[in-house]
Amino acid sequence: MTRSELGREAFVLGFSLLVAMAAGSLLVLLLGESPARVYGLLLSSTWGDAYGVGQVLFKATPLVFTGLSVALAFRAGLFNIGAEGQMMLGGLAAALVGAALPVETCAWLALPLAVLAAAAAGALWGAIPGALRAFLGAHEVINTIMLNFVASALVLGLGHRVFLPETTHTALVVEGARLPSLGLAGSAANLSFVLALGAALAVWGFLSRSRRGFELRALGLSPGAAEGAGVRVRATLVAALAAAGALAGLVGCNFVLGYKHYYEEGMGRGAGFMGIAVALLGRGHPLGVVLAAVLLGTLSHGGVAINALVPKELVDVLQAVIILAVAASSAVFSHQVRRSGP
Amino acid sequence: MTASVENVLELHGVSRAFGAALANDRVDFSLERGRIHALVGENGAGKTTLMRVAYGELQADAGEIRIKGEQIRPARHSPREAIRRGVGMVHQHFMLVPPLSVVENVVLGREPLRRGLLDLDGATRGLEEVSRRFGLGVDPRARVERLSVGERQRVEILKVLWQGCDVLILDEPTAVLAPAEVRHLFGALRGMTAQGLAVVLITHKLDEVCALADQVTVMRQGRVVAELAGDAATPAEIACAMVGREVPLQVSRGPRGVPDGTEALLCVEGLRVARAEGTDAVAGVSLQIRAGEILGLAGVEGNGQRELLEALAGLRPAAAGRVLLGGRDITRLGVAGRLTAGLAHVPEDRQARGLVLDFSLAENLALGRLAEFAGPLGLRRGRLRSEAARLLAAGDVRPASPEARAGSLSGGNQQKVVMVRELTRPGLRVLLCGQPTRGVDIGAVLHIHRSLLDAAGRGLGVLLVSADLQELIALADRVLVLFRGAVAGELNGAALDDNAAPERLGGLMTGAGEGA
Repeated sequence: MTRSELGREAFVLGFSLLVAMAAGSLLVLLLGESPARVYGLLLSSTWGDAYGVGQVLFKATPLVFTGLSVALAFRAGLFNIGAEGQMMLGGLAAALVGAALPVETCAWLALPLAVLAAAAAGALWGAIPGALRAFLGAHEVINTIMLNFVASALVLGLGHRVFLPETTHTALVVEGARLPSLGLAGSAANLSFVLALGAALAVWGFLSRSRRGFELRALGLSPGAAEGAGVRVRATLVAALAAAGALAGLVGCNFVLGYKHYYEEGMGRGAGFMGIAVALLGRGHPLGVVLAAVLLGTLSHGGVAINALVPKELVDVLQAVIILAVAASSAVFSHQVRRSGP
Repeated sequence: MTASVENVLELHGVSRAFGAALANDRVDFSLERGRIHALVGENGAGKTTLMRVAYGELQADAGEIRIKGEQIRPARHSPREAIRRGVGMVHQHFMLVPPLSVVENVVLGREPLRRGLLDLDGATRGLEEVSRRFGLGVDPRARVERLSVGERQRVEILKVLWQGCDVLILDEPTAVLAPAEVRHLFGALRGMTAQGLAVVLITHKLDEVCALADQVTVMRQGRVVAELAGDAATPAEIACAMVGREVPLQVSRGPRGVPDGTEALLCVEGLRVARAEGTDAVAGVSLQIRAGEILGLAGVEGNGQRELLEALAGLRPAAAGRVLLGGRDITRLGVAGRLTAGLAHVPEDRQARGLVLDFSLAENLALGRLAEFAGPLGLRRGRLRSEAARLLAAGDVRPASPEARAGSLSGGNQQKVVMVRELTRPGLRVLLCGQPTRGVDIGAVLHIHRSLLDAAGRGLGVLLVSADLQELIALADRVLVLFRGAVAGELNGAALDDNAAPERLGGLMTGAGEGA
């Protein structure tokens, strides 16, 4: 991405934020409150103290993972609507592996195993629609959506065996498999956020610096040219969706290994679908995904605080307007760019 | 205005800019009734822009448009308005719905009603009448997906005529047609002008212009640089006006043929390639390409040339037969394996197969050659950039900037990027080349022809598939003709130098046998 493109993206995002704030102000006024007070509270409750910051990061972490998942698949020309299911199974796998380990397992062994289990389960759930697409030509949008339902049913079906009696959650993972807290004033933020930043860096490096990343981008932009250049199209499709699934599976780290220390039915619900919005806001770029996830994390936690003044659904409206404005303005701007050429 | 000369379309001082680039700069153009008026120029000269302004698809920034004497206000102009006044345009890329029938395609958007119901029967009869009157030979009931490219084009023309237009603008109508189809089209156009219609023919094929046009307007860099009478203009004169300097129209080559006993680089034995429907696209083709030889492959579109080329490149599986490269059996290898083995492919569809249009030129030059730029820490971007700069300069690509987006280049320069990437592959022995100069401007054509001859001079084998017979005759040592997937005949040596070579090739291409 060149500097001017980066500037344009930043402009689109800033402009969309302004539009959303203006729309939000109108709504607040209609509700008989002062926009300044509401926005002030929203900011002070999130970025105003260590606890707020921690909660924002905690809420942003799953969105970074699912946003990266959708963005990576998108760069290969695939729509991954299945992050939700991949995330569920990743969380469950992390919890089961983490709980099955002997109690005295040291962190150096337990943590990688639990994290790998999360990634592997997600990868499997991504590889299935990847293979269906690559070998049978079945569209991945349909199949990833359907596999969300299958994942959800699988969790419930397995529930009888894996959940503790009379509960909808698994046993606690062993001490060694728990990700330490970031120590931000008792907030839920944990090392998963750092892991998420690492994942973003890895995806960025993969896409911009590696051979396979180069081939994946070529495939996403022009399947014919990629095939003509000798890219193994089928293998790349499967690998791209598997990698996307692995990223979504890592969401399990945040809730299971870093926060509750067990998997609970319905945990983190919606973060998979929100990943689509994050990838859109982040313009498919790993850095953009991190920023978008933090922005949505801010709104999400801020919503709890402003509930004292206005219904917390206001932040849902803000969120929706931002997404709409980004979608619309990026269409407008890319249209103008195209028009300026012959 | 006299009674004998009536201008049906007049443009005065039309200007149109795209961003900072001036595509049309105060252009005057007038079309007389009953005439075929050729609008020629290189890619990017502004021909299509000018006609899209006339047709109301683009708004002029300045200037005046008159249709049949009536002035049109630019802000009011639209394709709908143009058609209402009898001006229709057929675009280079067809806009048809393949699963629908011809009549359904034609009425789409202005469906005729009878007692409130769609009246396809009436339209069918009307279309038959129009088709007969102008000798288009199109069956209104046929499904478009079953039609050849040439027939689809006549459907587009039929559509414009059925809408009542008597001024036709055709954008590069012959770019994808075989010689017989070109003749059919030209015959139909002659018939139309004889009945008082007027035609604008946008093209950059000079022999066509001289054969057909009554008037010729030459554009260069957005301006009209010459207006000539069709019967007086020569290709050399027009080319000179298009490019702005003297240009040789053909590269010169040495005597044809390679010495006996020269090593055969590529041997194809009984190759069969299946179509999706199960029939054979290539039905048992055997051929050899020797070192330093350019083997031409001619045929009417759809007779297996494309499938043969793609099968050799590893993009399609062979149903039977063997392919040997330097004695090594490569039949089972995929694209990547064949590239490593010493094969290179300049694909027919450079925009869909040869380039990633949204990639930079440097990235495009790395396509399929990543091994050369791989380092321990991933791609070596610095090396890629410097190598790209070197290749772009060597390949005469403009702009020679590694960061430029491939999609922003002209067709000719895009093709030069593909050519230089493929021709500089390490270990290259045989080049497969499909339609290298389709949609490419004159200057680039010469460069491409020269690099193909140079490649053969370096001892490479070249398989050249082209719809342009003159190109094959100019470059090839031997020409094979494919008909229905099989080799129908071969011309070489003196037979290719003979003036009757195009006719003989044409005969073989249509299955009429040699010399027909």
